[in-house]
Amino acid sequence: MSTNSGPNTAPLTQGRLLPYEVVRRRRRQYLEQSIVSWLLRITAVISILTTIGIVLILVMESVGFFSQVSVWEFVTGREWTPLFKPQKFGVLPLIGGTLLVAVIAGLVSLTLGLGAAIFLSEYAPERIRKIIKPVLEILAGIPTVVYGYFALTFITPILQGMFGSERVIIFNALSAGIVMGLMIMPMVSTLSEDAMIAVPRSLRDAAYALGATRFEVSTKVVIPAALSGIVASFILALSRAIGETMIVKIAAGATPNLTLNPLESIQAMTAYIVQISLGETAHGSIEYQTIFAVGLLLFVMTLGMNILGRAIISRFRQVYE
Amino acid sequence: MIVKTTQDLAGGSRRYHLFRTWRDRIFFAGFLLAILIGIAGLAALLIDVLIDGLGFLNWKFMTTYASRKPLESGILAPMAGTVWVVGLTAIFTIPIGIGTAIYLEEFASKNRLTRLIELNISNLAGVPSVIYGLLGLAVFVQFLFNGSRNLTAGALTMTLLILPIVIIASQEAIKAVPSSYRDAAYAMGATRWQVVKTVVMPQAVPGMMSGIILALSRAVGESAPILIISSLVWVTFVPTSPDSKFTVLPLQIFTWVSQPQEDFRSIAAAGIIVLLLILLGMNAVAIWIRNKYQVRSE
Repeated sequence: MSTNSGPNTAPLTQGRLLPYEVVRRRRRQYLEQSIVSWLLRITAVISILTTIGIVLILVMESVGFFSQVSVWEFVTGREWTPLFKPQKFGVLPLIGGTLLVAVIAGLVSLTLGLGAAIFLSEYAPERIRKIIKPVLEILAGIPTVVYGYFALTFITPILQGMFGSERVIIFNALSAGIVMGLMIMPMVSTLSEDAMIAVPRSLRDAAYALGATRFEVSTKVVIPAALSGIVASFILALSRAIGETMIVKIAAGATPNLTLNPLESIQAMTAYIVQISLGETAHGSIEYQTIFAVGLLLFVMTLGMNILGRAIISRFRQVYE
Repeated sequence: MIVKTTQDLAGGSRRYHLFRTWRDRIFFAGFLLAILIGIAGLAALLIDVLIDGLGFLNWKFMTTYASRKPLESGILAPMAGTVWVVGLTAIFTIPIGIGTAIYLEEFASKNRLTRLIELNISNLAGVPSVIYGLLGLAVFVQFLFNGSRNLTAGALTMTLLILPIVIIASQEAIKAVPSSYRDAAYAMGATRWQVVKTVVMPQAVPGMMSGIILALSRAVGESAPILIISSLVWVTFVPTSPDSKFTVLPLQIFTWVSQPQEDFRSIAAAGIIVLLLILLGMNAVAIWIRNKYQVRSE
């Protein structure tokens, strides 16, 4: 087939091909095309197979788990001790730990990200915007293991200095949450800014003509008009926070603990999955199956939030376009 | 005269006007502060890592294996592992990612199946990386390789993880090729595949390359799935084949961070410096390719 490369100019320049040769060449070209087309179709199916694989694996291994532990016990139990006797399989402490960190991260990233988005879209001149945006984007590109290191060796000592080291445990939810908030801040600011920039110029001009200050234009015109986009960015960022692994594994601890105190040590769902994977857990045992049950729960939570976030964004787009 | 009248009218609300002006200024400072905190956080992170790790970064650190004694530890094994994983991931990802993008943009008719695939890809991009680790553990390690936690299993898992990014970036690169180019080729009687091969691809390749390098840099920094796949944390050999056991740079950093001794934290910081330099290099190359490409198309 390689001898056939670039033949489409040949008939024009030479003009000496006999009709049957042209037909034969054309047939070959179409044969090549249909083979390629099938190969490409196969590659496209891989992404569908990945999704099916994820769902199938999580459900199959979880079925084994739920044949020994009832769904009710799993969802409502307040104790999670799968590694020592008596084994208890109540997932609430893991969910609580995950949400505690995610909420702290959400508060940090919403405050910083929304402030940054308003500044970039309403206040900053184009020249400054072009410099600041890429710098903020660097935050999103730093590996999570580095953030974990930063939380443990930099933020935690500061917190211990502020609240006293007897109250702040080395591994705590607050430190992990603050650093995670820093990590997802660019996500909130970029998505919110996109939503704000999409607000028509004329709305702003009308408010300015009435004598409004920039703050009033931002908070009374732009934010309400862009609210759905801002909410969506927040939901997507929270979903990122819930699925994040290394920061909570390194800095938030390994004690399943149903608490609202952010200075205590907790264990997030992702951190539990990693903890079990690092240990010597026999394939097929109930301890091995727990990570898939927790994984299924994590998958359902993040998928639901992602679908919700994107649904809000696409509805919002229809309003302005 | 006019000025006086205006002042008279506004007399009662003069204080309110002042309040609004100052509120505007204070919030301006507040919004600016939000950005500065973000940048300060980035600066603190980089400075913290540099102060902790720079003193431990030397040639011996680059060329020795991990050891129980922190001061004799090095990153030879994880560096080799990272190169292996990224290389294999690139080999798997490039044909599948570009193929899917070409199929979706140039071959598939815009029907329900195409929409389903695109929706599916954007959903996969939001799945937590630790879930990909579980998928890789069950499908590649347990099923395909019979419990062997090898390089290929790690690379295949990474492939599935970064595939959505590669597909979306490649689609963008294909979309950026003006449709007039395609029309010209079709008008001369080219088949669809000839158009893709000779017109679309040469134009789209630089954009694809920059997207693929960025996706691979994500694979370099990702640790959670490899942690589940590899599990092995003290590797003291350079992998020699795709079925070798392995560790990668972020995983080695994680192992050292998890040690209680202060010195291990410091060599973790030294490892982080190397990791960040690698990522910086990859991003610089991607940006360089993108800029060069943009100049050419103008």
